[in-house]
Amino acid sequence: MNIIGKRYWFFLVSGILFLVGIISLAVFGLERGIEFSSGSLLTVGFEQKVNQDELDQSLVSLGYADALIQTTGEGDFLIRLPELDNEAKNKLQAGLMTWFGTMTVGEFDTVSPLVAAETTRNASIAVAVAAVGILLYLTYAFRRMPNPFRYGTCAVIALLHDIMLVVGLFSVLGAVLGWQINLMFVTGILAILGYSVNNIVIIFDRIRENLLHGKETDFETVVNNGVVETLGRSLITNLTMLFPIVALLLIVGASIQNLLVVLLAGVIIGTYDSICVAPALLVVWHKRE
Amino acid sequence: MARRNGLVFLVLLLMFFLALSVVFPIDKGILGQRGMRLGLDLQGGIHVVYRADLSSAKTGTENEIMEGVIAVLSNRVNPLGVTEPVIYRQGDDRIVVDLPGLTITDKEKDGLSRVALLEFGELIAANETDNATVKWENVFGKWKSATGIIDGEEQELTSRYFKENTFVDQDQMGGIRLVFEWDREGSQLSEQITSRLIGQRLGIFEGDTTLLGDDGRPIAPTVQAVIAERGEITGLSLQAATQLARQLNAGRLPVPLEIIRDQTVSPILGSDFVSKGVTAGLIGVAIVMLFMMSYYRIPGVLASLALIFYAVLNLVLFKLVPVTLTLAGLAGFIVSFGIAVDANVLIFERMKEELIIGRTLGGAIEAGFRRAWSAIWVSNVTTFIVCIILVWLGSIFSAAVQGFGVTLFIGVAISMFTAVLVTRTLLRLFVGTALARQLRLFSPHLGGK
Repeated sequence: MNIIGKRYWFFLVSGILFLVGIISLAVFGLERGIEFSSGSLLTVGFEQKVNQDELDQSLVSLGYADALIQTTGEGDFLIRLPELDNEAKNKLQAGLMTWFGTMTVGEFDTVSPLVAAETTRNASIAVAVAAVGILLYLTYAFRRMPNPFRYGTCAVIALLHDIMLVVGLFSVLGAVLGWQINLMFVTGILAILGYSVNNIVIIFDRIRENLLHGKETDFETVVNNGVVETLGRSLITNLTMLFPIVALLLIVGASIQNLLVVLLAGVIIGTYDSICVAPALLVVWHKRE
Repeated sequence: MARRNGLVFLVLLLMFFLALSVVFPIDKGILGQRGMRLGLDLQGGIHVVYRADLSSAKTGTENEIMEGVIAVLSNRVNPLGVTEPVIYRQGDDRIVVDLPGLTITDKEKDGLSRVALLEFGELIAANETDNATVKWENVFGKWKSATGIIDGEEQELTSRYFKENTFVDQDQMGGIRLVFEWDREGSQLSEQITSRLIGQRLGIFEGDTTLLGDDGRPIAPTVQAVIAERGEITGLSLQAATQLARQLNAGRLPVPLEIIRDQTVSPILGSDFVSKGVTAGLIGVAIVMLFMMSYYRIPGVLASLALIFYAVLNLVLFKLVPVTLTLAGLAGFIVSFGIAVDANVLIFERMKEELIIGRTLGGAIEAGFRRAWSAIWVSNVTTFIVCIILVWLGSIFSAAVQGFGVTLFIGVAISMFTAVLVTRTLLRLFVGTALARQLRLFSPHLGGK
């Protein structure tokens, strides 16, 4: 089986997906939850039947013309508002009670712009520092190889490629389905980082072993053999990884949907990338194509 | 060799039952531990992040101030009767307060971040034109700080000079009185000020606002006599007076706090989530085990046993460390589970290669583990590095990131033990038995090539 030989096809696939993601990001951006954009989110349920239009009218009359209302599965409403302090929240609750009677307030979340700005920054710092750590360690771990720096660099490029594709996917999901990114999304991204690096390193390790102990000298063939020999492991491991994620997605569903979808996409993209992209990058660099 | 392996097996078996005895019952602890703890996102509660205004703090005193803020917040949280409140500092100027359960009211929550410094003021006479000294304004007019002279320096009269024995009682008419006592400097100041202001109003303020009575009117009593030792404030409701007295005694906050994150997590989502999550997790794990057993036969069965061991050891560490389980922590656990399965897959695939080239079962087991070890080690160390970075960064800015790093680290460390040592010990038990000649039971794909 010659996987590495088809590398430009894979680069093309990656390139197209990457481009779609970038275009979607440029055109639609990401649907940002309040953790990224600041504001307040309030979940309310009413004893009497209230429809969305009535709720909308009441909010306009209470001075929240820019409130966004969503219905939840259980017949409650999710109201997104500009940042509320406690006083404003109490006033709003009292106001809604005079409109609709008895009301229960479930979730409430307020994020100040200060925190919102930091969420993105902190997530980026975490990914960047982790990438540097991976780069340094892999350079050390592959120190007996010629050009050890390349293994770390190719792994990090492949990881960033994974993360970019998932972010792009969420931009598309945001534009089409209105999915918002939140802290769970960030956790998912970190999880992909921790998981995908495993996939890549295991294949690199096999390539190292074949280079050190094998008789084959052509770099491209050695890399391809390494990928093919570990193919069984790559597919089985990643398949088993999908079982618990899918089970959680089907049973727990909505409340942690973001985290699970990031994981699901991350595992699939990570598998593809560890087989088709990361080792191919090594070959391209070696041959200076 | 076989004897030594048998010994290792017995030790592992003993460890397993010991671990089980630590884990069950799940909700009870041993050795003074409190049992499995769920984070706020799973069990519901209130999560507030404050930012302390350190702009007026002298450089070098920030740590001391933040410790003071935490001490005051703890004093204020304790009487609320919340079980297991968590208060900690995050980064330079943040304080996180996690209150599980939804037992406290909005008023109590507001009270937490109250500075609780009362200031006293005197009215600015109409003929006084200097507006620069106007500090407060209300229905009575414009106010400035009431000051006196101590050791030749002008000082403002505030509750800083209260002794910590303020209390609330009722007078004969049933009116609520907040009774306080001045310390030595306070009584000097109070004596000077009240003797100057006899027949005039003394205003009471908190921060930028006038202290309002139960009737909504500002509290600004007229000074009847010189007050040196103790004073009283009347007009507050019982509830307001009690809270204020408590806060004056528990100490005021050294700096103002601003709420930058205020989150109430519904407990309904919490309980539902946990039971569903456990069901889903068990189903997912069961499918993985069935898959491993059907694909790898005997090694698959052994790997499944090792996975059970892995799960139990994880729970042991979650309980003993202790790790508070959050959504992010759960994500770390899922990823580490994948990595644990991966270690066994790597080993079994290697064993298959060795069997194909004609080794005996014993030889294939040893070679398979030896050769797979390098891949397991390099990839897991890389994951450890990511975990350490996340735990370190997470301690600065995000408990979620930290929780993810901690559970992933623990999970991967345990997986190296169970997937390698436990699986190998179990596999070695078969070497030399009649089953060992039935190589198909150990690698069903033999002969396919």
